[in-house]
Formats: sequence, C-alpha cells, structure tokens
Amino acid sequence: MKVLSKIYMVLIFALLYAPIIVLVLFSFNRAGTFNNYSEFSFYWYKELFRDSTALDALKNSLILALSSAAIATVIGTLAAYGINGMRNKYVKTVINSITNIPMMNPDIVTGVSMMLLFAAASAIPFLNVEMGFGTMLIAHTTFNLPYVILSVLPKFKQMDKHLSEAALDLGCTPAQTFLRVELPFIMPGVVSGFMLGFTLSLDDFVISHFVSSSDFKTLPLYVYNQTAHDVKFSMYALCALMVFAILVLMILVNFAGADRSNNKKKKKTRAVSKI
Amino acid sequence: MKRKTFLERAAAVPHIVWMILFIVAPLLFVIYFAFTDASGKFSFSNIVNLSNYGNIFLMSVLFAFLATVICLLLGYPLAFFMSRLKPSTQRAVVLLLMLPMWISLLIRTYSLLALLDNGGLLNSLLQALNLPTVKIVGTPGAVILGMVYDFLPYMVLPIYTTLSKLDIRLFEAAEDLGCNGVKTLFKVALPLSKSGIISGITMVFVPSISTFYISQKLGGGRFDLIGDTIERQFLMNNNKNVGAAISLVMMILILISVAVMNKFGDDDGGELIV
Amino acid sequence: MKKILALILLAVIVLPVLASCGAAGDTITLYVYNWGEYISDGSEESLDVNAEFEKYCSESEEIHKITGGKKVKVNYSTYSSNEDLYAKLESNTVSYDVVIPSDYMIARLAKEGLIQKIDVSKIENYGNIYDNFKNLFYDENNEYSVPYTYGTVGVIYDTSKVDAEDAADHSWALMWNEKYAGDILQFNNPRDAFGVAHFYQGTNPNTTDADEWIKAQKLLKDQKAVVQGYVMDEVFNKMESGSAAVAVYYAGDFLTMYEDNENLDFYYPKEGTNVFVDAMCVPTSSKNPDLALEYINFMLSEEIAIANAEAICYASPNKLVVENEDYKECMAEIHENAMDILYGYDEEKMEYFHDLPDDTRALMNNLWEELKIDGEKNTAIIIICCVMFAVFAAIIVFMVIRKKKKTLSY
Repeated sequence: MKVLSKIYMVLIFALLYAPIIVLVLFSFNRAGTFNNYSEFSFYWYKELFRDSTALDALKNSLILALSSAAIATVIGTLAAYGINGMRNKYVKTVINSITNIPMMNPDIVTGVSMMLLFAAASAIPFLNVEMGFGTMLIAHTTFNLPYVILSVLPKFKQMDKHLSEAALDLGCTPAQTFLRVELPFIMPGVVSGFMLGFTLSLDDFVISHFVSSSDFKTLPLYVYNQTAHDVKFSMYALCALMVFAILVLMILVNFAGADRSNNKKKKKTRAVSKI
Repeated sequence: MKRKTFLERAAAVPHIVWMILFIVAPLLFVIYFAFTDASGKFSFSNIVNLSNYGNIFLMSVLFAFLATVICLLLGYPLAFFMSRLKPSTQRAVVLLLMLPMWISLLIRTYSLLALLDNGGLLNSLLQALNLPTVKIVGTPGAVILGMVYDFLPYMVLPIYTTLSKLDIRLFEAAEDLGCNGVKTLFKVALPLSKSGIISGITMVFVPSISTFYISQKLGGGRFDLIGDTIERQFLMNNNKNVGAAISLVMMILILISVAVMNKFGDDDGGELIV
Repeated sequence: MKKILALILLAVIVLPVLASCGAAGDTITLYVYNWGEYISDGSEESLDVNAEFEKYCSESEEIHKITGGKKVKVNYSTYSSNEDLYAKLESNTVSYDVVIPSDYMIARLAKEGLIQKIDVSKIENYGNIYDNFKNLFYDENNEYSVPYTYGTVGVIYDTSKVDAEDAADHSWALMWNEKYAGDILQFNNPRDAFGVAHFYQGTNPNTTDADEWIKAQKLLKDQKAVVQGYVMDEVFNKMESGSAAVAVYYAGDFLTMYEDNENLDFYYPKEGTNVFVDAMCVPTSSKNPDLALEYINFMLSEEIAIANAEAICYASPNKLVVENEDYKECMAEIHENAMDILYGYDEEKMEYFHDLPDDTRALMNNLWEELKIDGEKNTAIIIICCVMFAVFAAIIVFMVIRKKKKTLSY
C-alpha cells in the first residue's frame, strides 16, 4: 500500500511537471524548435534581454502589483477595522457579501464589467478616461480588496476588545490606540493580505486583458500576445526565468519560515532549560 | 457601552465608496447592457436570444463538470497520501504542489500545447520510437485535459489542508473497530474533509467554466466555451449587449451554485482561500 | 513591523508617481498598431525599424520642429485581424497614431469617421509608390491611406503529409479533404473564412445575396468537422513544427514559414482567391498626427521599406523596393520562386474584398457566430448533461433526506 501510494504521488507530480520541465529544457535549444535539439545555448536568453518590450512588461508588472497591493492593503485594513466595529448586523452582511463578489465571480465577468464601466466613463468628456495604468490599477485593487479584508478581519475578531479600551482609558487618542495597540496585533494579517494581493496581481491575465492598452502591458499580457503570434523561443526563455524566480522565492520563503519556527523552538527550549 | 470613535465610523468609508464605484457600478452596467439593444433601448431580445447559446452553456458546464470530477478523483487520493507523509516530507511536497500554482496559467497551458501538439515533443518522441502518432489538440479531450492539468493543484491543496488537520488516531480507531480501508475512506475521511472537497470543487469548477485561453489554444477555437463567446463578443464582434447578457447569466449561475455549495459545507464554514 | 508598514505606505505614495513620470515629461510617444509579424523588428539580425525611427527623430531637424526637441518613443503593439482593430478603435478607450488596416476595413473606418484625412503632399516619399496603388476603390481620392504592402491568400500545405495528387489540381477542395481531418487550419475571422468558402463555391465574396452567404456557411459548417482549428498568426508555429498539414494564409507568410520548414509548398487555388492592400492610416483619435505622417514617410524610405519587405516577405508597392537588385536576390535566397509567388500571380483570378453593406455584414457576423457556436454532437451532449444533472440532483436529495433522518433520530 505504502509503495503504491508513493508510486501514485510520483506519477501525478511527474505529469504535473512534465510540460514545465520540457519548456525549461527547450529554452536552451539553439535551434528554436521542439523537433530537434541542436545544441545547448543561452542564445534565446540573450535575445530576450535585447527585447525591450519584455523588460518593460516586467517593470510594469512589478509596479502594478506593488501599488495595487499597497492601496488594497491600506483601504482593506481600514475597512476591516470599520466592519469589525459595526453593530448593525444587516449592514455588515451586505458589505461583506458585496466585497466578496470579485472573489466569487469568474475573472472574465469582473474584467468585462470593468471594461463596460471604463468605456462608459470615457464618454464623459472631462474625465478623460483612457485604458492604461490607471484603469489597470483600479481593476487590480478591486480584486485584491476582498483578499486583504479576508486575511485582516479574523485578526480583528481574535483581538481582545479590552486591550484597546484599556489603551483609551490610559489616555491614548483613538488614532494612537489604532497605531500602537491594534495595528501591531493585526500586522501578520496585513502582511499576508499584502502578499496575497501582490501575487494575485502579478499573475492576473484575464481582468487585465479587458482593461489594458498598449500603453501599459504587463508580463502575462506580453506572454498572451506572444502566444497569439509566431512564438519565438525567447518567450520560453522568459517563462523558464519566471519558473526559476518562483522556485527560488518559494524555497527562500520556506526556509525563512522554517528558520523562524526553529528559532522559536530554540528560544522556548532555552527558556525551559533556564527554569 | 463604548462610544464609537470617529476613526471607527470613518474607517470603512473609503472601502464602501470604492465598492460602490468599482464593484456595484460595473455590475449595474452589465445588467444595463444585457437589457438594452445596440441603440440603447430597453429590450429582452438579448436574453431571449440566449437560447441560441444553449449549446455553448451545456458544453461548458459539461467540460467543467468532467474536469472537476477528474480533478477530484485524481486529487483526493493524492491529498490523502500527502497528509500521511512525515511532516518534513509533507512540507516539501506541499511546496512542490504549490509551485505550479504560482506559474502563470498562460505559461502552463502553452507548455502543455507545445508538448501535445501534433508536431510537438510527444509526437516527435513517438515518431522516433516508430510508434503511431496521436492527434490530441483540437479535440474535446484536449480541452478537458488542459483544465485538469491547470487546476488540479487547486483541488488538492484545500483537501490536503483539511485532511492534514485531522487526528491520525481517528483512522486507527476506525480500523480497530473493524472498518476496512474502503470503509474508513467513506465513513471517516470523506465526511470529515467535506469542507475541503467543497472549496476544491468551487476552485476548479469556476475557472474551468469561464476559461477561454485553454479552449482557444488546446481546442483550436473549435470548441467555444462561455468564456470564448464572451471574449469574442467584446473584443471582436463588438456586440456588448449579447456579451453582457451571457456574462450576466453565467454570473448568476455561478453565484447560485457557489452559494449552494457553501450551504453544503456550512458546518465548517468552508475555506475558500488557501 | 513598523518598517514593513512604512515600506507599504512609501510604495503607495511613490509608485504611482514613478509610473506617471515615465509616461509624461520630455518624451512623445507615438502609438503604432499593426498586424502581428508585420514589421522588421530587429530579431535575427534584421533592422529594428522602430528603433531606427526613434534615432532618426532625435537627429532630424525637421522633426524637432514638430516635437519641440522632445524625444520620440514608438509604442508598437499588434492585432491579429481587421475586426480586432475595428473593435479597439470603435471602443474609443485607446488612442493610436498609426494603424495599418486592409482595404475594405479602410473604407469602413473612413465611412464611420474613425480615421482622419491626411495630406499626402506632406509625405515626401509618397512618390515612391507605384501609380496603380493610388486612387484604389477603397480610397478613391487618396485622402486616408498610404499603401504599406499588398498580398494574396493561398493554400499552404506540407508535402511530407499531403499526397502530391491531392494538391495537384490546385483547388480549394484540399481544405475540405476528409483525408486530412484534424490537420486543416482555417482563418479565425469571418471576412477571410467566408471569402474562402465563396471562392470555393464560385460566388463573389462581395455578394449581397443572402442565400449565397448561407450556402457559404453550410460549406464552412461541413468543414468544421475536418479542421483542427481556427487560427490567425498561430499558423506560423503550427505549420513550421508540422502540427498541421493544410492551411490557408497569406502568400508572404508562406515564405516566412518556408524559411523554417522546407517541406511546405504553396499554390493559388484555381477557383480564385483574395488580393488585398494594407495601408497606413491615422486614426481620428491620434494625438500626434504630424508625427504620424513622419512615421509613414519614414516607412516609405528606401532602406526601411526594403528591410520591412525582406523581413515580412510581403509584396511591396514601393518602386525602390521592387527594382532593387539586393532585394530580389534576398527573396530568391528564401525561395526560388519567391518573386513569382509575390508579384507574378494571375490577376484575372484575384478579387478584392469590399466593405459590405451594413445588413450583409450583420448577416455575415451572425452566420459566423452560428458557425462558431455550432456543436457537432448536439444530442449526445444534451443527453450526457441530463444524466449528469439527474445524478447530481439525486445525490443532493439523498443527502438532504439522510440529514433529516439523522436530525429526526436525535
């Protein structure tokens, strides 16, 4: 049974990884086809770095992901604070369910609805709406918001109410209470909300597809555009680089996490041994 | 009773404004376009004409359903086996599972195409071995395969999360009390991981039913799904009204089914996000 | 923790400012929207035309007069069909300075006011264009467009997969041949795909007779069972890698594919086919129409026009290109018959697409939509779906009943 289960797992993972491994391997193929492997070379990587469109797209993706995640984190954290303090249950449910719409809705519907909104707004002369960074930022912030709220709200719920009341009694202003007492407590939720938003935004293609223009192309849009035309192998090089970057990032995050929990354990054992 | 501070009152305001402007208003536009014709007059014709697209809806539901079932059948054992590994191995395997989720769906789908295409690597290999080649791309099977391949991790991860939280002694107890392996699975493991299964199903079904990239690339544009049809209405045919009507119907269908699903997993609250 | 917060706040404030900085300031961006694979883009040691234009702008005194000495940046993006371009221009949420639609689309865009009149006398190199490409049907007074390339549609097939006798009679029938089911690629846009069907059945692609369109749709529906897919520029990879056996596409692109796969061959169907002119236009929404004219002028200059013609392999309406010996040599290197394929076709059999009247166009779009959503195994799917839902409903009912029983027994 144990052997069988191992074989099953290996098999599924092999299937899951086969295309990705093929892609990485053939990105080093000088011939630029899947039909024959002429020689191992970094030619397509050099081609990639000569392609300013791809580099621009990378820059744009990072700018967009960082700024949309940041705005969503600020608005979302405040919103979670406000929602947590609401006493009217009815209002709370309505706000919560509307907030969750972009999360439940298929991306394509969110994208299409945003596109309709911006198209309508562009008809208003003084607004001067044009697809580009602005529309992308709005769209990405909107679908990041529910994820931020969802990771921050539970932290507020876990928090002891008496803590902030005590701070107020001891003479803190409400703003001080928020910054000094409540914010540190909810920080892990805020950080994970930010990270979640960042990765979602970095990865998003469908919504961007409907609200973008040539002015501001992100990496997924670049990849889409490449696959709609004659695909040069420099795109495979780009994909391989992305896979590597994600691999390194995940290993780092994992090791950092493991380290921290190890440290905690060590501290605990030290504390115990002192006693 | 503590008085509400100004901060507390004002904190949610930016979000509410944002919500009205960028969640509610766009949806109202979808509804508006769905119920008007090209000249802006109120009409039901878009909705009525949707019966032309019945075939597309059925096919999309069928494809997404099959993909979800296959994902569940493949994914549940995987999640189960994963949850029984040593903790240190578990972490590595989870990492291995999450890596594909972080790689863009476009890249994964396209690399699958490069592998399976008639002149792709798989067929080159078969040819080199003097075996008959296979034509996969452009068939319904390719589209479903693409969905399964792309969304399998989304099924495994939530199930694994619930299973790994279960106490292993539960299974031991069941076996001690005379359950065989199959019975343990159906009587103990499955009911206890219901919430994971349900969030897995939603996380596979919703993107499968609305995809357009997978069907475009792997189906060669021969098997239009709802996603393709919507995309074509907006970006090629310039027919916003029909596009909005299809989007509206799809949205309602999905929101209802998600709500029903969540009702099933009500005891545990359902973990929609991992 | 505080540091992270500070970083987030900083990001909120700084990033949008940074992003907007890049856009405005001391550069002018010229938005060019062109077909995919339709310019010499610097790949494989070719000339990067857009980069050359940027360089030219920074050196030329004349252009400094227009730009006020600012730097010019070309924002180049691509579309894959005339219909995509039309949808983008019509949506009015993006602005471009130069677009390159085909003949019938130019007529439509001009009629609907989406492209603006241009003064060809301002374009010095306009004289390089052959006279028979001026005052054509789509732009009778030369008010809107400047020809970029022209070309023809034909059948591309893989000689290693298609038997010689099947292709020998040079007919569109190869596109319907069941022997190659699952290996045939059709256009993914209504105008071109219906064009193929019209030529095959011997009707005029510009007909306004509804019956002929419906007959053409019937043909395309029959064909749907044997095609592998509906594609545009994806055809390059498909044919180059041997993933399909037969495709219909543009003659110039055949030469590009032939460079990578020598098994390919090409013919003009005997039933007739489409000839088209793609011409540069300036959309009404352009913010830099003067600079757009300079770009068009630049594209007509000898070195640039030759670089483009050699890179994309389409026929050129430019004297300086066609009469250039190096160009002829270069084309002969790509394919021994290249010049003959591009320039030596039988004009009798060629037909231009014209802008269709609104009702015919609507009919065509509807028929295309029907074709795209037409499922092959209608009844089978419905039956499977019904069974599926029945099972699903049964499970739900079963679960509900069990739940009730349980609560009752407590």
